[in-house]
Amino acid sequence: MKMKHTLLAAISLAFAAGAAQADINVGVNVSATGPAASLGIPEKNTFALMPTTIAGEKVNYIILDDASDTTTAVKNLRKMISEDKIDVVLGSTISPNSLAMIDVAAEAGTPMISMAASSRIVDPVDDKRRWVFKTPQNDAQMSTAIVEHMTNAGVKTVAFIGFADAYGEGWWQQFSSIAEARKLKMVANERYNRADTSVTGQVLKIVSARPDAVLIAGSGTPAALPQKALKERGYAGKIYQTHGVANNDFLRVCGKDCEGTFLPAGPVLVASQLPDSNPVKKAATEYITKYEAAHGKGSVSTFGAHAWDTGRLLQAAVPVALKKAKPGTAEFRAALRDALEGSKEVAGAHGIFNMSPTDHLGLDQRSRVMVEIQNGGWKLVK
Amino acid sequence: MDFQIAMLLGQDGVTNGAIYALLALALVLVFAVTRVIFIPQGEFVAYGALTLAALQTGRVPATLWLLLAMGGVAALIDGIAAARSGALRKLPGVAGWNVAYPLVLAGLLYSLPLESLPMLVQVVLALAVVVPLGPLMYRLAFQPVAEAPVLILLIVSVAVHVAMVGLGLLFFGAEGSRTPPFSEVRFEVGPMMISGQQIWVVMASVVLIVALYQFFGRTLYGKALRATAINRNGARLMGISPALAGKLTFFLAALIGALSGVLIAPLTTIYYDTGFLIGLKGFVGAIIGGLGSYPVAAAGAVLVGLLEAFSSFWASAYKEVIVFTLIIPVLVWRSLTSHHVEEDE
Repeated sequence: MKMKHTLLAAISLAFAAGAAQADINVGVNVSATGPAASLGIPEKNTFALMPTTIAGEKVNYIILDDASDTTTAVKNLRKMISEDKIDVVLGSTISPNSLAMIDVAAEAGTPMISMAASSRIVDPVDDKRRWVFKTPQNDAQMSTAIVEHMTNAGVKTVAFIGFADAYGEGWWQQFSSIAEARKLKMVANERYNRADTSVTGQVLKIVSARPDAVLIAGSGTPAALPQKALKERGYAGKIYQTHGVANNDFLRVCGKDCEGTFLPAGPVLVASQLPDSNPVKKAATEYITKYEAAHGKGSVSTFGAHAWDTGRLLQAAVPVALKKAKPGTAEFRAALRDALEGSKEVAGAHGIFNMSPTDHLGLDQRSRVMVEIQNGGWKLVK
Repeated sequence: MDFQIAMLLGQDGVTNGAIYALLALALVLVFAVTRVIFIPQGEFVAYGALTLAALQTGRVPATLWLLLAMGGVAALIDGIAAARSGALRKLPGVAGWNVAYPLVLAGLLYSLPLESLPMLVQVVLALAVVVPLGPLMYRLAFQPVAEAPVLILLIVSVAVHVAMVGLGLLFFGAEGSRTPPFSEVRFEVGPMMISGQQIWVVMASVVLIVALYQFFGRTLYGKALRATAINRNGARLMGISPALAGKLTFFLAALIGALSGVLIAPLTTIYYDTGFLIGLKGFVGAIIGGLGSYPVAAAGAVLVGLLEAFSSFWASAYKEVIVFTLIIPVLVWRSLTSHHVEEDE
């Protein structure tokens, strides 16, 4: 027993010594299991592709899985801060977890870059959110893109069906307020669950309201269910999806029922179709090449690209912060925060980041494109 | 809401209700014979559907590895027990079912052109992989604690459920799958479009229920299970092995679960964790039957299906709330009318 204790002490000493060196420790919190696994797994794969040195300093990635659970996310972050002495935390995958992490990150003075979409993660930039940044586009930006496309196509009435959770509710609030400001009439508002086996009731109600267009606010393959049910009931109007479906599994499950569907997405989804003059094209193509080299052709998803963008921000900010302080110190973390806030024209796979003290997302309209599903693939709408 | 919509909702409710009814029957069966509240019932639905989906894309399903591993462990435990007690002639049987069968199946799966097989053969293969997991699960997780109180069995059941969901994510990935329908036939009855698959679901449920009824009423094994359900010790005195009864029950439960999965896979997208919610709705049906009565459980499950369909039309955001709140009045009613649920037999 005593032997075991000595051994443990020796091991922990060795680890402590490792952490005390001037390596940059990057904590990563991803939801690689649980309900958000389809987002978390490509993100986790992406961190394995990130550079192991930045500006000559060795970078250690400490990757923990929060199982899509808020409590675990906070516990993981506390552990990484106290035991691994991280300089920055990347994550988490989903909004509830990221929101819960804000307090802990701010308390420890550790900069945090989230891969979750909710605008509340970085807005408003207050005393706590000073430390928090995020890479995915706000739902409002995506909503605006959909509403714009709808009004251009002459749509007058819209029905909404979304997840019965924060994702669906968030979209309903964003979308309905923007749509009504643009004189679109909302004629139905329905909810369903990710694990539902049938949405016949909701779809019947939508079809009987005779909308010009239907917006389905779901993420991943579960968003295919209402679309298939709509087609089965002979609905002939336009169908819109959100960027939550932008992966190839959705196309596989939805099949020919998804032809002609419109959705807003990050430019990485259609990187090869972007004009060469688009500054996002180069960054996005670089990510796709790296990811597909490691995981096979067609394996890339837009979710992993959000993780890639956290890395891009870091690679741009670390050299600036290194001039001011040594990694592993509170000064370095503060300098890194300042450097992240000062990010200018950082090209990521999803857009160009220009941060400011009031904007910790920094994406503009270059970060979204409208895409149509054609012949089982994504087609850029010009 | 007009008559046409009511008809369509009713049709949808009956289709889902048929699946819930099957699961409710399996839950009642497992509880009656082994006193296990079988939470992993839903996982067999997901495993069955996703194994079939894997076969149809030409991949060898990862559930095969689980079967090989569980069979190997069971063979080791049973083999050592048999060798210690000197019952060496049991050894070939133990090795045959637990090791040789999965290996033969593995050989078959690797040599057949899975993608191009007729659908019936694919379904049989999927069932051949998933269903034996049931008895093996009983052997490894429940048989060692078979005499424990209901609460401990429930805790084991939760543990098995969590393990199976985790393995499901590992085997099938986070994204769901859908299989092509058994038949593309469609019938128009007045305003309704009835798809061939819906007929398949309802017919298969009815056939299974009748088959189970016959099995329990007319065969020796069925009667043995009923005897065990009524009085475990009495049944044991009559020479019915509780271990065999447990394995047989879990075999039936796994068969019903996997078959339900195969049946609904063309109607909806199945994920590695879809089964839990489907199983839970079957459980609501089983509770309506007091976990004791088969016909009331089946009727309760159809009621759950109908309630779900109609509430999804009127108040889609509160659908699950409405379905699961149904348990409360049922429990109140049951606790007022009877003191011990077990006495309902």
